[in-house]
Amino acid sequence: MNLEALFFYAFTALALGGALLAITRRSAVHAAISLMVSLLGVAGLFLLLKAEFLFVSQIILYIGGILLLFLFVIMLVNLDAGRGLRQFHQRWPIGAAVTAIAGVAFAVLWSRVQLPPAQQMPETGNVELVADTLLQDYLVPFEVVSLLLLVAVVGSVLLARKRA
Amino acid sequence: MNFLDTIWLIPVFPLLGAVLMMLLGRHQFLDPQVENGSVGHHHHHDRGHDQDLRPRQGSRWLIGPLCSGFVLLSFLWSLGAVLAGRTEQVLFTWVAGLPFPAFDGRMVTLAADWGYLLDPLSAVMILMVTGIGFLIHVYSIAYMAHDGGLYRYFGCLNLFVFFMLVLVMANNYLLLFVGWEGVGLASYLLIGFYFKRKPASDAAIKAFLMNRIGDAGYLMALFFLLSIFGTLRFTEIEAAPHPLLGWATLLLLAGAVGKSAQLPLFTWLPDAMEGPTPVSALMHAATMVTAGVYLIVRAEPLFRLTPEVGSLAAAIGAATAVIAASIALVQHDIKKVLAYSTVSQLGLMFMALGVGAYWAALFHVVTHAFFKAQLFLGAGSVIHALDGEQDLRFMGGLRHQMPQTFRTMFIGTLALAGWPGLAGFFSKDSILTSAWAASPALFGAGLFTALLTAFYMGRLLFLTFFGAYRGDQHVHESPKRMTVPLWVLSLGSIGAGWFATPFAAWLGATPEPHSWGIMVASGAVAIAGLGIAYHFYIGRPGTADRWEESLPPVARLLRARWYFDDLYELIFVRGFARQGGAWLSAWDRRVVDGAVNGAGWLARRTGAVSKWSDTWIVDGAVNFTAIAVKLSSFPVRYLQTGLAQSYALLIVLSLAAMAGWYLLRSA
Amino acid sequence: MHYVAVSLAMLLIGTVGLLTRRNIVIILMSIELILNAVNINLVAFSHHHGNAAGQVFAIFVIAVAVAEAAVGLGILLALFRNRETVQVDEIDLLKW
Repeated sequence: MNLEALFFYAFTALALGGALLAITRRSAVHAAISLMVSLLGVAGLFLLLKAEFLFVSQIILYIGGILLLFLFVIMLVNLDAGRGLRQFHQRWPIGAAVTAIAGVAFAVLWSRVQLPPAQQMPETGNVELVADTLLQDYLVPFEVVSLLLLVAVVGSVLLARKRA
Repeated sequence: MNFLDTIWLIPVFPLLGAVLMMLLGRHQFLDPQVENGSVGHHHHHDRGHDQDLRPRQGSRWLIGPLCSGFVLLSFLWSLGAVLAGRTEQVLFTWVAGLPFPAFDGRMVTLAADWGYLLDPLSAVMILMVTGIGFLIHVYSIAYMAHDGGLYRYFGCLNLFVFFMLVLVMANNYLLLFVGWEGVGLASYLLIGFYFKRKPASDAAIKAFLMNRIGDAGYLMALFFLLSIFGTLRFTEIEAAPHPLLGWATLLLLAGAVGKSAQLPLFTWLPDAMEGPTPVSALMHAATMVTAGVYLIVRAEPLFRLTPEVGSLAAAIGAATAVIAASIALVQHDIKKVLAYSTVSQLGLMFMALGVGAYWAALFHVVTHAFFKAQLFLGAGSVIHALDGEQDLRFMGGLRHQMPQTFRTMFIGTLALAGWPGLAGFFSKDSILTSAWAASPALFGAGLFTALLTAFYMGRLLFLTFFGAYRGDQHVHESPKRMTVPLWVLSLGSIGAGWFATPFAAWLGATPEPHSWGIMVASGAVAIAGLGIAYHFYIGRPGTADRWEESLPPVARLLRARWYFDDLYELIFVRGFARQGGAWLSAWDRRVVDGAVNGAGWLARRTGAVSKWSDTWIVDGAVNFTAIAVKLSSFPVRYLQTGLAQSYALLIVLSLAAMAGWYLLRSA
Repeated sequence: MHYVAVSLAMLLIGTVGLLTRRNIVIILMSIELILNAVNINLVAFSHHHGNAAGQVFAIFVIAVAVAEAAVGLGILLALFRNRETVQVDEIDLLKW
């Protein structure tokens, strides 16, 4: 087993194990920490795929930004009241069954896909490549996304502020 | 200055107005005295108080002229461009596309351009949107003078003009869809303008949701078109028969049906009258609802290749025209009469599209835009004068107090009724001529609609302006800023009809030769309808009531608007909720009993239906409907539980189904 | 392409969480998991095809995820203030 495969399985274990823990924990804080483990695993996978820029963004944005947001909200909202309650709702077997059906369908679908031969990335650095693609071919979507973020920020402030 | 190279500026002006109002309106153009407390008052006018003498405070008065100015600029610019010629211009690639395989294995690229096309068809629509839009902006300045949130009103109105211009100027189906959704948004915002009133916000949601049904069709049509032709640009699509083309046009038709309020999706339009009256005039009569007609005219080469979809459009249009016109007969709300009239006239346009008379449909769009905008603005003037009263039963005799409004409404009524020589006569005549060539049944439906139209418009006019005043308001004529746009529009109502031949030539169409027989028939029907209305409401008042009493099932059917709203309420709103059973009994009570009573009445009157059919057919039908609803609502009522997770479950299930479909197809 | 298998597994875990948990905070986390599954897929294919467009789309997905989390948590706060609960099956207003 070569080193890359070893890393792949390690990161996969982190990503999937963290994900499983995140959706099964009773305490929201524990779930958030498991989610962080999972996101770290995904970041590692990005690194293996030579997407260094995304690796960095994943850590800064997801772990530094989104998870922090989650933890803040968990602190603001008193979640301990819900600890004693049922964590899964009554019709959970339906949800699990439907997910399983979808999973089998997608797995079979994937097994029939024939991929074109792999191609090499251009030799330029990853950040440079992403920057070129993002700021040349996808400039307008990029601007639109920045607008979306602005709207989201304003909207969430409006939603979350206390009524006068 | 070269207008042709700068047509991209045309939609920019109203966009500027919209952005300005949305960003700065609240703080820069606010009038605290008006804003505080008056938002949410629908009817807003201090009695006997002339708003022209009202002191202007702050810079609030700037809003209206500023936004109207933007639309005027846009109108002049487009006039210059239209006179200069035709052009197509791609501004930028909006989303760089990736290639994907189409149905036949070719690789196609979904490249979305932001580009404008100026051809005779879009020229007509652009001039109509900006021209009538400008007049309605001017009218709104006086009409909305006392309402709060003026910046919001004019901002949304400008936003609407922007999106409508994107819709009609787009050079591809995807950009057209951007405008299509945008006008839906503006419509939602403006119907719900008085958002503190529950009916207004409900009507806004209803309009939005019902439009969504059609939009889903449009979206699917986009994928079909892209797969068939490999491009979405109008000028690059080369119409050729294709086995899947029928699906594409059928789905386009579904989109048009939603936007243009045709059967079965028409119930949102009358509810949309909860918005301010100028909004109803601009969007829900003159421009936005004609987008569906525009779409089909734009896709004319494709529809010509799929005549069966055209026949469906004609059937939908004819049915809508008759049903909506019949509902308009018994409405008491002046705006509702006009709303159902709009639905009915749109039905006529769809009928024309269905029989292949695309230019006639577009011609009717233009003439209808003039006189329907005029009628709505006139109705707004009446409502304004009566301090918000919209009920025809509390009007009457207004022709003395409101001579300007009366004269223009009179012209508009005659034009819509199809009085020989006025705009509606000629456009309706060209539709009827084409319908006659296609099918006598469609011609009959069109002629019957014309009769009903003349009657209910006569009723509206006589109840509003003749007889004795039945309300208790102090009536005053509206200010000049409201009556001048009315007069400008009435020029169009009088004169537009005479340009039928040049109009067809401009679009490159050859009209059917005139038939004197049809002209005489449609003129006679118009005069007859107005005459009957005169007899009913002036000659012998009370005749209408006696007729209603002698025909209870018919009257009930019309009053209940053919039970469409009740049916949708039952199946889609309550049927999905938990108490399906309670509503079954309501269905039994209201719809089924109505049908039974109707059938029983028929049986008694004609004496031809035997007892056997009563017990077997009628009872059988009753029981069958009840059982069918019970059975079908059993699975579907779990569809709308109101729980977000059950919706998510449906999404995942649909994904699995899609994957399964692919598997079966490739196996 | 083992990455696609990882992505599918992550998608399924996220979906199960989305469909069966009662706590809104954890449901939002499940959505983050689903979006991460999408990202793994995008980046894996970007690598396979030697084309950076996939990574650019992953960046867009992250941006949308940020917006979604911000608005979702804002809604959660407003909801908690009004209803004193974060259990989704006690909120059934999403119907007409």
